[in-house]
Amino acid sequence: MAEVRLKSVTKAFGKVVAVKNFSLDIKDGEFIILVGPSGCGKTTTLRTIAGLEEVTSGEIYIGDRLVNDVPPKDRDIAMVFQNYALYPHMDVYRNMSFGLRLRKVPKSDIDRIVKQTAELLGIRELLDRKPKELSGGQRQRVALGRAIVRNPKVFLFDEPLSNLDAKLRIAMRAELLALHQRLKTTTIYVTHDQMEAMTMGDRIVVMNEGVIQQVDTPQNVYDHPINKYVAGFIGSPAMNFVDCVIAKKNGNIYARTKGMSLRIPPDKAKLLENYIDKEAILGIRPEHIQDTQTVKDYEPETTFKASIWVVEPLGSEKIVHIKNEDSDLVARLDPHVTFQPGDTAEFTARMDLAHIFDKETEETIF
Amino acid sequence: MMTKRTGRILSRVLLHTTVIFIAFLWLIPTVGVLVTSFRPAQDVGNSGWWTVFENIFTSARFTLMNYKLVISRLGIGRAFLNSFIITIPSTIIPLVVALFAAYALAWMRFFARPFIFMVMIALLVVPLQLTFIPILYIFNKLSLAGTFPGIWLAHTGYGLPLAIYMLYNFISGLPEEIIDSASIDGASPFYTFLRIVLPLSVPIIASLVIFQFLWVWNDLLVALIYLGGTPDVAPITVQISSLVGSYGQDWELLTAAVFISIIPSILVFFGLQRYFIRGILTGSIKG
Repeated sequence: MAEVRLKSVTKAFGKVVAVKNFSLDIKDGEFIILVGPSGCGKTTTLRTIAGLEEVTSGEIYIGDRLVNDVPPKDRDIAMVFQNYALYPHMDVYRNMSFGLRLRKVPKSDIDRIVKQTAELLGIRELLDRKPKELSGGQRQRVALGRAIVRNPKVFLFDEPLSNLDAKLRIAMRAELLALHQRLKTTTIYVTHDQMEAMTMGDRIVVMNEGVIQQVDTPQNVYDHPINKYVAGFIGSPAMNFVDCVIAKKNGNIYARTKGMSLRIPPDKAKLLENYIDKEAILGIRPEHIQDTQTVKDYEPETTFKASIWVVEPLGSEKIVHIKNEDSDLVARLDPHVTFQPGDTAEFTARMDLAHIFDKETEETIF
Repeated sequence: MMTKRTGRILSRVLLHTTVIFIAFLWLIPTVGVLVTSFRPAQDVGNSGWWTVFENIFTSARFTLMNYKLVISRLGIGRAFLNSFIITIPSTIIPLVVALFAAYALAWMRFFARPFIFMVMIALLVVPLQLTFIPILYIFNKLSLAGTFPGIWLAHTGYGLPLAIYMLYNFISGLPEEIIDSASIDGASPFYTFLRIVLPLSVPIIASLVIFQFLWVWNDLLVALIYLGGTPDVAPITVQISSLVGSYGQDWELLTAAVFISIIPSILVFFGLQRYFIRGILTGSIKG
């Protein structure tokens, strides 16, 4: 087990900079998630930690050791790949013991460790099968087993669940977490799936275009996104963004669009003094838009009329797409609302939980 | 429904008929060679080989004399052995060298890698004949002309570009994660080559063994240039071509010699064809 520290790591492929000035301290035993759209540099970051890519500049420490020039095999890490990367011509036992055999671990120890790990992962009876005779989930377990037997300081996961079907993915997610709680090995996990990021990480690192956007606990990232990009990336359905103008009337501050005028709570209104009569972006999460038939208790001047566009019943909730003048919004409503497409209804926005972003920089104002 | 099915059966019948017809056409001369090689000289002069089938149980006579004569007296035995001495190293050496080269070009990072690869590919288009005079000149200086190591070297040179190119295509197509995984597991590049790349490349290696073996075994030109016609080093192709000159009328002897020369090719092909077909597929289809 070890801490991992990255100091101003930059990785360029020719003229393309994949990772820019990446600094991060990962605590011993932490489960940290790098999340972002494809091409945001998260896998490249992982590969530099593994030693599969050399950094262009910056420093990487595993434990107290600077590992920039240490080859992958001597970094004491194990990596699990998206496509499993099992050795197709070896059976499960040989796949799992490959690293140990190379490290000249005594045969009896290898046998004990492999069997123990196989037991832990529920693949004991598969040890003499070849990878092609296994299902996707079983292959992923073998890949995990291959990483675990080495008892490394750090686990590196590169989208390990994205080749599995939805149901298995959720089951494996829980298993990975249980495993981490048991082994307490520092884990760096790359995914593009924000659900995985939210549910698994002690902290998540949201990346875009090679740059860290925000590092925080999942809930903090969700509640207090640092900019419009993070706000839109984390959460499903995504946060609603509406172009608005900040207006002042009778001492109150409003976010105004063509068809809405929503009062901003006084404690937050202070932050908007410099934005009066200027454009900004209003961000509201779908669950913060409710219809006034269901929710009776709402702040004054936070309501607006909208027509129903599409209704998606999910059983536990209804995702309703609504339209107010030129603003399209998504609301997450009680499953028992009876709206039909074409209806018009009144909605209220939780302005105390809404966000305002600077139109130019897209940074969060609150 | 009915018409669709009949259509499918019809097209299958058509396909099979065509294939069988073509195979039959190709087989006729081979059967002719085989039958002739077992007939006594007198019969060969008097009647065509196909007449054997009319009176196979009556007057047709068969003999092993032609083979005995060809192997012992006409030097085909020695030439057959020479062919093996030439062909086996000329298959193994370029393959081994090409495997190392292809792996390095595909997975190792070193100075001027793309340039070196380009040069090797460019060598594919150099015609064989262009190289004869300069290489023979060098071989004469080094006393390699007329020796087995000389022709091994020549075949290695001629075989390498295609072998490297084909192996590179295959080996560079192996999933990157497997190579990375091995390196994280602690495997050196050589160990990765030996334990991961080599076992996974069996289909393409089998294809190349067949190509190179058949090419060297059937080669006349290169052997004639670098070895000459001396009986103690001449391969079977060279020996047969000289028999055509001196025994051109004795078909029973020529066919026996030819048939001996075909046997190893057939054995190699049938022995490796399972991999050969798979090898071609692995090259052209992803996976």
